[in-house]
Amino acid sequence: MILYVISVGLSVTMGLMGFINLAHGVFAMAGGYVFATALGRFGVPFPVALVLAFLLVSLGSVVLERVLYSRLYAAGELAQVLFTIGLIFMSVAVARAIYGTIAPPVFLPDYLKGQVPVLGRDFPTYRVFLIAFSAILILSLWFGVERTRWGAMVRAAVDNRAMAQSVGINTRRLFTLTFALGSGLAGLGGGLGADIIAVQPSYAFEHLVFFLIVVAVGGLGSLRGPFIAALLLGIADTACKYWVPQFGAFLIYVATIGILLWRPQGLFGVRA
Amino acid sequence: MRTVKFLLAAALAVAASGVFAQTIKIGFISTYSGLNANLGEYMERGMRLYMKLHEKDLPPGVKLEILVRDDTGPNPDKARQVAQELIVRDKVQLLTGVIFTPNAMSMAPLATEAKVPFVIMNAGTAVITTRSPYIARLSFTLWQSSYPLGTWAARKYNTAYTLVSDFGPGHDAEQAFSQAFAAGGGKVLASVRVPLQNPDWAAYMQRVKDAKPDTLMVFIPAGKTATAVMKNFSELGLDKAGIKLIGPGDITTDEELVNMGDAALGVTTMFHYSAAGNRPANKAFVAAWKKEYGAKAVPNFISVGGWDGMDAIFHVIKAQKGKLDPNKTMELLKNYKNPNSPRGPISIDPETRDIVQNEYLREVRRVGGELVNVELETFATALKDPWKELQKKK
Amino acid sequence: MTHAGGYSADPRIRWPEYLPWIAALAAFFLLPEYLSLGARILIFILFALSLDLILGYAGIITLGHSAFFGLGAYVAGILSAKLGVTDPFVQLAAAAAAAGVLGVVTGAVILRTRALTLLMLTLAITSIVLEIANKASWLTGGADGLSGVQTAPILGLFKFDLFGKTAFLYCLAVLFLGWWLVRRLIYSPFGAMLTGLRENTTRMHAIGAPVYRRLVGVYTISAVMAGVAGGLLCQTNQFVGLNVLGFEPSGELLVMLILGGVGRIYGAFVGPVVYLIAQDLLAKQFPEYWYFGIGSILVLVVLFAPGGILGLIEKWLPLSRLKSSARASAR
Repeated sequence: MILYVISVGLSVTMGLMGFINLAHGVFAMAGGYVFATALGRFGVPFPVALVLAFLLVSLGSVVLERVLYSRLYAAGELAQVLFTIGLIFMSVAVARAIYGTIAPPVFLPDYLKGQVPVLGRDFPTYRVFLIAFSAILILSLWFGVERTRWGAMVRAAVDNRAMAQSVGINTRRLFTLTFALGSGLAGLGGGLGADIIAVQPSYAFEHLVFFLIVVAVGGLGSLRGPFIAALLLGIADTACKYWVPQFGAFLIYVATIGILLWRPQGLFGVRA
Repeated sequence: MRTVKFLLAAALAVAASGVFAQTIKIGFISTYSGLNANLGEYMERGMRLYMKLHEKDLPPGVKLEILVRDDTGPNPDKARQVAQELIVRDKVQLLTGVIFTPNAMSMAPLATEAKVPFVIMNAGTAVITTRSPYIARLSFTLWQSSYPLGTWAARKYNTAYTLVSDFGPGHDAEQAFSQAFAAGGGKVLASVRVPLQNPDWAAYMQRVKDAKPDTLMVFIPAGKTATAVMKNFSELGLDKAGIKLIGPGDITTDEELVNMGDAALGVTTMFHYSAAGNRPANKAFVAAWKKEYGAKAVPNFISVGGWDGMDAIFHVIKAQKGKLDPNKTMELLKNYKNPNSPRGPISIDPETRDIVQNEYLREVRRVGGELVNVELETFATALKDPWKELQKKK
Repeated sequence: MTHAGGYSADPRIRWPEYLPWIAALAAFFLLPEYLSLGARILIFILFALSLDLILGYAGIITLGHSAFFGLGAYVAGILSAKLGVTDPFVQLAAAAAAAGVLGVVTGAVILRTRALTLLMLTLAITSIVLEIANKASWLTGGADGLSGVQTAPILGLFKFDLFGKTAFLYCLAVLFLGWWLVRRLIYSPFGAMLTGLRENTTRMHAIGAPVYRRLVGVYTISAVMAGVAGGLLCQTNQFVGLNVLGFEPSGELLVMLILGGVGRIYGAFVGPVVYLIAQDLLAKQFPEYWYFGIGSILVLVVLFAPGGILGLIEKWLPLSRLKSSARASAR
């Protein structure tokens, strides 16, 4: 489920803005580090640490967007791919320089540890919390995109940027804000997942494939898509590892190939 | 005439210093980047600490030049390339270091072809030393720890479940434990191999819980993977279900304990080194470590590998007075003994060129506010690698 | 990046095109201690050429090219370590064939898609190959790698020695063949068609060109070349590890190619040379800075010098002969 939170941010930036941002994992990693440092070193309470992760990463992403990303909105896919891979490399070095190679320890608050009985079986409390949190997140995002003015503006700007500008929408600022939201979500996801997915310098590389898979399978530009994809793939992956551990890792790739061949635009994507 | 005398004297001086001053080049290959980069530092620190404290033991005029290289992780390709350069370009006389098994395996043919002795300071899969007659291992093998673990476990438990990472050392641990456990009358319910890169252990742990074994034997690479496993073990309530977590000492390495927190309490392991070991040699070692690297620094088995490896290298240098001959070096290594290592008495088995050492049964406890591996008993003394011993009987 | 010349351009060899081979031979005689690095560079040049064919010329963006490279390496290795076949040419042929089969099968399946979907599929495929290699450890050695690979002396005479002399010349010869093949392709109607595919696929469809079939064709050729490069790596190292598969080698290759200049035959030469030599010199001393350096160079290249090193050279040295050499124009 952490994958969803991180991936929905990517779906936002990639789908709504049309920018192939492979470095999305970098924002997640940054969020993870901020979260772990706040929680561990500064003793900040859990919820505050999460908010910090979201905010700081958003702010950082605004800077990056203004300075670097915006130059490449019109460039081809290859340029975007290469550029973001370059960012990943740089982030690995920076992370290692600041934090070393050991993942910072994450100590969850007591009210999130242990287990909670749900429908007769015991589930780890933290995971239940994650699922609930993700559900709330998607609802608020959906609400935001479908029902608010901001959402309408973003959708308009994506559909037809020139038209939206002529109607008076400041597309530049809109894109920056949207990028900030997407990256902030990634940071939030990184922080939330820090306990389960270790935050270390090579984070962005290791999980790149997963993020991309969830977004591609879910469909660009959709919010439900990555959620359902993450849910499906997550459950299938866990189930497969449980029942047939020898083939556990294959499933996610085979499923991706199958789904993408059947519906190249993803499950809920809009055909270009 | 005076000029000639001067020149002669100068020439003699140069010749004399040339004869006495010798630099022995040693290629040290460790891991400084990639996912497991923190391990490499431990090995280097152990090695350098030894060198610093024993400089004066070297024969007069002999200097050591350590060429440090990064193999970037379990990258046999890169390790081989690096080793080849060290041999061909830098003309090293010894190779040492190496954390990962695949790297050591890929370097073995080079050691043989170039006749360069290779002193392994960490890589632990049993079969490595058979790959080249120029390899001597000063670290450990997974059979050495996991086999006695199986013997001990069979006395206390009836059923076991093994969960190991899917690579050389993991296979060794699984087979060693299972054989010993079965030989002791126990029943191994299932043996599962987990891919090396695996972020989420929940599914595997769930399976273990459902199988209800008395004990779960785990082997994963030392470090953060171990922490993740510990957390998943307690998070899914396996400890409350009465399943006991055991394994070779790689799962509770001394430097990682602080990150594991209370989840690690009570875990029983079998290993050749604990930083909390109660020997004078170890106390001195740990004290020197803290003095050099900071009061919070903790040495671990990889540091000891570096330390003892360097001791062996010093031994061969001293015995040959700085003039190293590869075959003589191997002879000396084969007969190497050190009763005063931080881990207790160690030696090399002349038949297999592998390490012979004690194995201690330990438990994780909180001592003085910190989590340490307390050595409960010396379970096996002067244990040779069980795999090779069993091979001989076949 | 502007369009120039194109494929009506003169296919005769221009003088600067002799330079790489002269440099290689010079290196052989003058730098005998660096020959194994040299062989590695040659292998990656071949690998980069194969990627350039589909990326620079046909416009297929892929992160999964390591699948063919790795498959070639493992097939050559398994043939030797498990089946005892040690003839170098047989090993190489097997590597080429296996990679070709994978190329045509996967190409046929995935080349109907575009852009992100295609990218994802290439990633998924290379990840699957990696997983298979990882899981089938009885065959591939798994995470321990495939050891015990032996390659018999070439033509019974030239043994693969510790210094890498044989390896270097062997790789040089294979690279020469690969280069010659690519050059022939680019300077043919096939090459012109590739540019058409990349620049304007719609129009290609409109003029009735069998776009899909041609894409699969070039993808397969590229896969064969990558497979050969992988086989060479296995033979020169006498070892294959899992690190020949997955995202990292693909990513690294991409960096090398962009650095040299994508869409240019010699970009595939310049890139690996610069990258691998820089890595050899710098990565040892400063591993963190190396990663940072690579990343920032990539970013800078993309933002300011999209033609890579060769692109920069062309801007600064307006030698008309260089301009009309084989080059694909890009966006």
